[in-house]
Amino acid sequence: MRKLIFGLFIAILPALGLAAAPGGPLDTMKPDHTNKESLQSGAALFTNYCMGCHSMEYARYKRVSDDLEIPAELFEENLIFTGAKIGELMKISMSKDMAAGWFGAPPPDLTLVTRVRGESWVYSYLRGFYKDDSRPLGVNNVVFDNVGMPHVMVEMQGLCAVEPKIGVGASVEPLSGNINNSDVCPEYAIEGSMSSADFDRAMWDLTNFMSYMGDPVKVERERLGIFVLIFVAIFFIFAYLLNREYWKDVH
Amino acid sequence: MNKLVNWVDERLPIVDAWNKHLAKYYAPKNFNFWYFFGSLAMLVLVNQLVTGIWLTMSYNPSAEGAFASVEYIMRDVEWGWLLRYLHSTGASAFFVVVYLHMFRGLMYGSYQKPRELIWIFGMLIYLVLMAEAFMGYLLPWGQMSYWGAQVIVNLFGAIPVIGEDLSLWIRGDYLISGITLNRFFALHVVALPIVLLGLVVLHILALHEVGSNNPDGIDIKKNKDENGIPKDGIPFHPYYSVHDLMGVGVFFFIFFIVVFYFPEMGGLFLEKPNFEPANNLKTPEHIAPVWYFTPFYAMLRAVTVDLFGLDAKFWGVVVMGAAIAILFVLPWLDKSPVRSIRYKGWLSKIALAIFVVSFVVLGYLGIVPATEGRTIAAQILTVLYFLYFILMPFYTRMEKTKPVPERVTG
Repeated sequence: MRKLIFGLFIAILPALGLAAAPGGPLDTMKPDHTNKESLQSGAALFTNYCMGCHSMEYARYKRVSDDLEIPAELFEENLIFTGAKIGELMKISMSKDMAAGWFGAPPPDLTLVTRVRGESWVYSYLRGFYKDDSRPLGVNNVVFDNVGMPHVMVEMQGLCAVEPKIGVGASVEPLSGNINNSDVCPEYAIEGSMSSADFDRAMWDLTNFMSYMGDPVKVERERLGIFVLIFVAIFFIFAYLLNREYWKDVH
Repeated sequence: MNKLVNWVDERLPIVDAWNKHLAKYYAPKNFNFWYFFGSLAMLVLVNQLVTGIWLTMSYNPSAEGAFASVEYIMRDVEWGWLLRYLHSTGASAFFVVVYLHMFRGLMYGSYQKPRELIWIFGMLIYLVLMAEAFMGYLLPWGQMSYWGAQVIVNLFGAIPVIGEDLSLWIRGDYLISGITLNRFFALHVVALPIVLLGLVVLHILALHEVGSNNPDGIDIKKNKDENGIPKDGIPFHPYYSVHDLMGVGVFFFIFFIVVFYFPEMGGLFLEKPNFEPANNLKTPEHIAPVWYFTPFYAMLRAVTVDLFGLDAKFWGVVVMGAAIAILFVLPWLDKSPVRSIRYKGWLSKIALAIFVVSFVVLGYLGIVPATEGRTIAAQILTVLYFLYFILMPFYTRMEKTKPVPERVTG
């Protein structure tokens, strides 16, 4: 019978590995919601470059300001561009109907995008744009074929002339010491203001911020979890002792 | 205190009830690991009711507001995230404990005479639980909520003649809409919980009438002492109440690991597409029901041939319905003179093992996208699933059983 139970668990195991995203390989991104500096930089990037078109309408500015330890006044002055009050939801001024007319489909709300597609996908997507003159906006994306979004961060990254190498990690040649794939883009059509490493770092921060927005309570939840588990463990010890005391006279 | 108890007892038989169901309910003393899951199911039910009531306080059952109100609960309501994760994890935990509870019944023949009614009430609970889970899953109004409901309700459309009208009647609209959401909400939070609670009461009353089975499948009431108390029985309270408390500790430990660290369970408990609001113009690439329905979903997809001029989809629905319906008649399929798997022959043991493996693997096949090879596997496993029941009257009669001891072991 014990074997049967074990077999049961083994049979369930493959089902747990289903999280993989569809499509090609991605660059792995493991978020760190405790890195406030990274989250703040990500918040600045998001509000400046993304929030013209993409809302985060399920979240409030105030929560971001509190969690990221950005003083409310500073936040209102530098990170809110719609004239909204800090307690309001992070909506945008662009109406969905108009946006649908301009882009074919309205730019999606991004509050939960990392929970739908995963951090690695977002991180790869942000670095996956390249020049493609056959597309109406002149750009395409390696992880999102025929993307409808322009390359918003072109002045930072530059425009890659060929498909960027997403999902291929950097490697060192053992004999020559040459580093391969240190830059996702081997050849630029337009040079950007940032080095490849700096841009990767910026996109990491941006993804990290979006990941935080998808699950803002994660750090607090995981902190509390430890106390709850310790409590349950202590409860179990007492339950075990109580049980042993009662069952002494049965066996 | 005593005076108060007496006062009430003269007007309501509380002492009698306490004795009948707890202090003088004699349960076999040889319960093992598998006997934790009944009380745990009760615990999860309470969790679902309590967290559900609080979620209802902030949830908005409308197509326009449902998705946003769930995120409002997750972000703005004090402890809302905890209530929501307790409820969503609780739903999966409910099926985990119920499946293990049912497996216990299969293993030790707990459905056999005189416990047929207990089994049937249990099956009804399972059925209502499935309806409850299905309707609850629509409420967050995410992509998978929407399309999952669309697929399942459309299944009724496969029934000849009345099908289309029936699914229209269930939805209250030509497609899943706010109207469907509202009625599912009413059923999920009011109607089905009432039915569920009633069935749980019946399940327990029927159990306490005939007494609990045990891993040996022995009738402990045959061996009574001079006071009329079964020699192998011990009062449920305090012995099993403290015993179950231990089980609660272990269960909560695992449960809270999921709630606090893996609330999505890698997309199994909360599916990724459900973090995107329902959109009736955009079908997800791959629609899969939540894990606890997938064995039946795999059976549905396994049927690929049209028969007697009727669509394969219809026969898929029939197979799926039959897979659940056949469980109801289980007490009359088992012809074995013994209850427990311990004393049944090797045929029964192999049959049960094959049944468990086919159910679990079907569950896996129902999650992943169908391919040709997987469909063939699902077809074979569906046949094996049914053979467990259909052949049961034969192999339980044919096989040589071991002698059952007079008194419980271990």
